Amino acid sequence: MQAARHSAPPAALTSSPSKERQRRRRRQLGDNSWGYLFLAPWIIGMLLFLAGPTLVSLYLSFTNFNLLNPPKWIGAMNYVRLFTMDSRYLTSLRVTFTYVAFAVPLNLAFALALAMLLNAKIKGLGLYRAVYYVPSLLGGSVAIAILWRQVFGPSGIVSQILAVFGVQGASWVSSPNSALWTLIMLHVWQFGSPMIIFLAGLKQIPKELYEAAVVDGAGRWQQFRMITVPMLTPVIFFNLILQIINSFQAFTPAFIVSGGTGGPLDSTLFYTLYLYLQGFGNFRMGYASAMGWVLLIIIGAFTALAFLSSKYWVHYEDER
Amino acid sequence: MASLAGPIKTRRRRRDWRWLLHVVLIVGAFLMLYPLLWMIGSSFKPEGEIFSNLNPIPTRLDFSNYIKGWTLGTGTSFSTFFLNSFIVCLGAIVGNLLSCSLAAYAFARINFHFKGILFALMIGTLMLPFHVTVVPQYIIFNRLGWINTFLPLIVPKFFAVDAFFIFLMVQFIRGIPLELEQAAMVDGCNRFQIFTLIILPLMMPALVTTTIFTFIWTWNDFFSQLLYLNTEKNYTVSLGLRQFLDASGQSSWGSMFAMTTLSLVPVFLVFLFFQKRLVEGIATTGLKG
Repeated sequence: MQAARHSAPPAALTSSPSKERQRRRRRQLGDNSWGYLFLAPWIIGMLLFLAGPTLVSLYLSFTNFNLLNPPKWIGAMNYVRLFTMDSRYLTSLRVTFTYVAFAVPLNLAFALALAMLLNAKIKGLGLYRAVYYVPSLLGGSVAIAILWRQVFGPSGIVSQILAVFGVQGASWVSSPNSALWTLIMLHVWQFGSPMIIFLAGLKQIPKELYEAAVVDGAGRWQQFRMITVPMLTPVIFFNLILQIINSFQAFTPAFIVSGGTGGPLDSTLFYTLYLYLQGFGNFRMGYASAMGWVLLIIIGAFTALAFLSSKYWVHYEDER
Repeated sequence: MASLAGPIKTRRRRRDWRWLLHVVLIVGAFLMLYPLLWMIGSSFKPEGEIFSNLNPIPTRLDFSNYIKGWTLGTGTSFSTFFLNSFIVCLGAIVGNLLSCSLAAYAFARINFHFKGILFALMIGTLMLPFHVTVVPQYIIFNRLGWINTFLPLIVPKFFAVDAFFIFLMVQFIRGIPLELEQAAMVDGCNRFQIFTLIILPLMMPALVTTTIFTFIWTWNDFFSQLLYLNTEKNYTVSLGLRQFLDASGQSSWGSMFAMTTLSLVPVFLVFLFFQKRLVEGIATTGLKG
């Protein structure tokens, strides 16, 4: 369709239809070579760094490979071992699922709540928005993970504040019962990006809907439930997918807080951390590849689930 | 009477509600920022005061943590780490700008065979976890002898591996009026001229957004830097900070806080200067900061 539009002005200048056809064919040929010329870096990169490695890792996942000797085919043994013989792997799955199950909904709830509050026309809106976004901005960094380690450490501020209330401070990061929860809190603290996406979504909701609802005598809660949430479902859906994909891949906070071990007692052994330890600590490249593929399948399954369920709870405006 | 009383009452109620809203927002903002303030404050406190005083404001400014932290570790100073981080960021930015804009123009404006399939493939790579491709990528870079150089962190960016930015730029180019290009084409411009002379200048906002996010992501990155850089002279700021956890442990909290604070400064400055663009970038595309 775009080619037709492109060739429209020259076509108007020509008289002979056969000449015009020739010209169009030449333009089409030109567009093909130009297209592939412009796309050459991406095509090379996609084959060399994304698609190629994806297929190679699928192959490696059926092998034993330590970088030094050639890969040795062992069939599905890596996968079998993951799920039946490797209790640390199952622990890493459990830790990661717990993390996602609590961090994602809490993060989105805070993001939505703050977006609702900041959707009002009040003074200093930009400043508030900036302040609430700052933790997300810095969030992925080693610095914040180090900070978190201290905040929940033996003499960190959390312990000190609790001591004021007479609760004797434990070290939250070094207790297997609480270490994962400090990381969940870290994720919840970083609700800035989804908040901004929610804010953009809230701005899209027509004011007339609320005015009509007020006329009908709807209270604030009813407005929220009957207008805001339904109108926002596409944005909720979008944020949910992004959050799921991102939090399954969390690495830095667990690595820093546990000192690269996943401890205490494997309580912060995130999936990606265990993959790193197996692949680049023990150089079990085939095993790590199998883990990568299981992660791909897990993320794919969750995304697919979200998409499939979306037709029951996500409302797009043009469907109305 | 009733009609008179109505509006007055609602107006008063609304004013009360806003006052409360500000209180809630300010308390919330303080809670959000407290850990950061505490860290910044602690970086100026003498060691003894850090954990004995909850007040983030230090009693007096003490820069000795910064002086000690800058050279602490095992010989290499933070000058090297900062320089290395800037080199990696600059390489990644240039790579992303060049390669992603080319690909985006092709996807947005040029009609070529298999465009639909290739575009779907590009979008598909958005969801591909890094951890699936990491082992083969490591093997490639190992074979090339690129381990412990910046090349594995920079070279892929010149091949448009960040589909996020291609997508962002495609959306942007689609908003540019087609007539400009058609006019240029009638004047005999070829695709490359149209791209460099017309499209690139017009898509400056998208390029700025790409620059900002590439900088922040690369600066904050840890996983790939941990994989590919393994001697101290090549360490980036992320890896330099990690040194504190291994080497010095409990004895030098002050200098650790000083350096973590410093490491956040570039990102924070970018945020201050480009706040509006950054927020727009997130709101329109869902880029994660």
